[in-house]
Amino acid sequence: MTFPRDVKADFPLLRQRFHDTPIVYLDSANTSQKPQAVIDAMGCYYETTNANVHRGSYELAVRATDALEGARAKVAGFINAPSTSEVVFTKNATEGMNLLSRSWGGANLGPGDAVVISEMEHHANIVPWHMLAAEKGIELRWIPVDAAGHLDLTELDRLLDGAKLVSLTAMSNVLGTLNDIPHLAEAAHAAGALMAVDASQYVPHLATDVQAMGADFVIFTGHKMLGPMGIGVLWARAELLDAMPPFLGGGEMILQVTKEGFTTNEIPWKFEAGTPMVAEAVGLGAAIDYLNDLGMDNVRRHEVELTAYAMRTLTETHGDRITIHGPSEPAERGGVLSFVYGGDGDDCSGTVHPHDVAQVLDQAGVCVRAGHHCAKPLMGVLGANATTRASLYVYNDESDIDQLNAALTAADDLFSF
Amino acid sequence: MSGLEDLYREIILDHYRSPRNRGELETPPAVRADGFNPLCGDEIVVYIDVDDSGTINEVAIGGQGCSISQSSASMMSAAIKGKTVTDARRLITAFKGLMSIHETDIGGDGSEAEMGIDDQAPHISIDNTDDVSLGDLEALRGVVKFPVRIKCATLGWNTLAQALDEASVT
Ligand SMILES: Cc1ncc(COP(=O)(O)O)c(C=O)c1O
Repeated sequence: MTFPRDVKADFPLLRQRFHDTPIVYLDSANTSQKPQAVIDAMGCYYETTNANVHRGSYELAVRATDALEGARAKVAGFINAPSTSEVVFTKNATEGMNLLSRSWGGANLGPGDAVVISEMEHHANIVPWHMLAAEKGIELRWIPVDAAGHLDLTELDRLLDGAKLVSLTAMSNVLGTLNDIPHLAEAAHAAGALMAVDASQYVPHLATDVQAMGADFVIFTGHKMLGPMGIGVLWARAELLDAMPPFLGGGEMILQVTKEGFTTNEIPWKFEAGTPMVAEAVGLGAAIDYLNDLGMDNVRRHEVELTAYAMRTLTETHGDRITIHGPSEPAERGGVLSFVYGGDGDDCSGTVHPHDVAQVLDQAGVCVRAGHHCAKPLMGVLGANATTRASLYVYNDESDIDQLNAALTAADDLFSF
Repeated sequence: MSGLEDLYREIILDHYRSPRNRGELETPPAVRADGFNPLCGDEIVVYIDVDDSGTINEVAIGGQGCSISQSSASMMSAAIKGKTVTDARRLITAFKGLMSIHETDIGGDGSEAEMGIDDQAPHISIDNTDDVSLGDLEALRGVVKFPVRIKCATLGWNTLAQALDEASVT
């Protein structure tokens, strides 16, 4: 294995037993488990450092502020942001997307202006644009997804023609597809559009360099990268953030308030109205330390190896009974395995419904997600209403895959007819 | 794999494999209602043809989904065919009672938002609706032990309630 030590042992939750078997957690694309170091960092923050930030004149408040800003610096380093002032903390990726659509979109998009997204987007990168379409009459254009689970770029030039923004996922949360963001950003810029990236599934799993991506906005969420729920990140180039109107109004985001009006704070605080999630920022900082300690290249190597093992084992055991969606080459995809079980090829009849698969797996302690994965347009393309999804992370190993494999056989026994 | 046999009883799997009254009816004269579980994407379409005397002469079920939603709808279709609208409504109440859902939560809009689970009183509502017999539907009782699946089991019934509302308007 890639890691020199037992990574799973760092995750207290994974020591639990469910239904008399050790828990097998294969739902990290949904949310990741947290290492002891993250849990401790957050507890320690409340035990030693808690005070409100940016507004106390006493030592404790200074320390709390340092904790928040220190976490911001860790995030900036982790994604190679040119400046910490470009790192805006949000509640999650969804809020980041809404900040982008409301603030930048609100100021820069009008009737008929085109935003280009793709059929493999998460609802977080679809619904905010639908809302803007309803409100301001923007046009939403869709890059199709081909049968192999890649973006179909044959019509890209036409789709980009006159577009103002291209907003795409760096890695699909359903198919594991890795999109060539540098190439797409170049194409977007050549067409005069800005490039936004939903990196929610990318940052946790691959070394991220927002400058090398060539993106203008990069959005991700802390809880999928070993951090706590309740914190996300929007990174954007400073010029863009400077020119954008504020998102939410209130304390923290202002410099001056009078009866007549207000002036906004500097970036990034201009976009952080109200008391921020300091403990969560500390937890995210600890998660970044933990990932850096493992090494993001090792994280990626581990996942490619385990994905290859999973794809091989599942196909060897279940043959035509299993259809794994997305790119077939493990090195070209993330560790997200959406599959349909049972049936023969294109024929939906005889498939075991993902809900039923997940139910049987749960009895064996195996946690997977069944459903549409907040990507309904993609489900339409796949011709499925739902899939079962097993997703991998640093703490998974071959024994987890073996248990998944055995539990699938049990599902087959129950439902085959 | 203890526990699963409570959920996946043979009669349930049988209705899943060979769903009864599968198909469509022409509208009008029949009415159609669509039910949808946004959580998992399961869909049920219920067609009923109610005659002037208030009897459900024909019923057809469409849609797709998991074994629980599909078998529940299949059993439901068999149970209501030839029954009056009043009887069908009582059956809905009885079934919801089996699923431990309070009568007041049965909306015609297919929404489950108000649905409460009351594990203290799983049998009460059935007793209250005296002569309603659930028959094969009793097999779905085990679903209560798997709370996330209750919505699967009730999807068809909420859709039927919607169709009955529709039929009484037209
Ligand atoms: C690709 C992608 N984008 C956005 C999100 C939304 O993340 P959050 O729910 O933390 O806002 C998710 C996670 O569900 C995701 O997988």
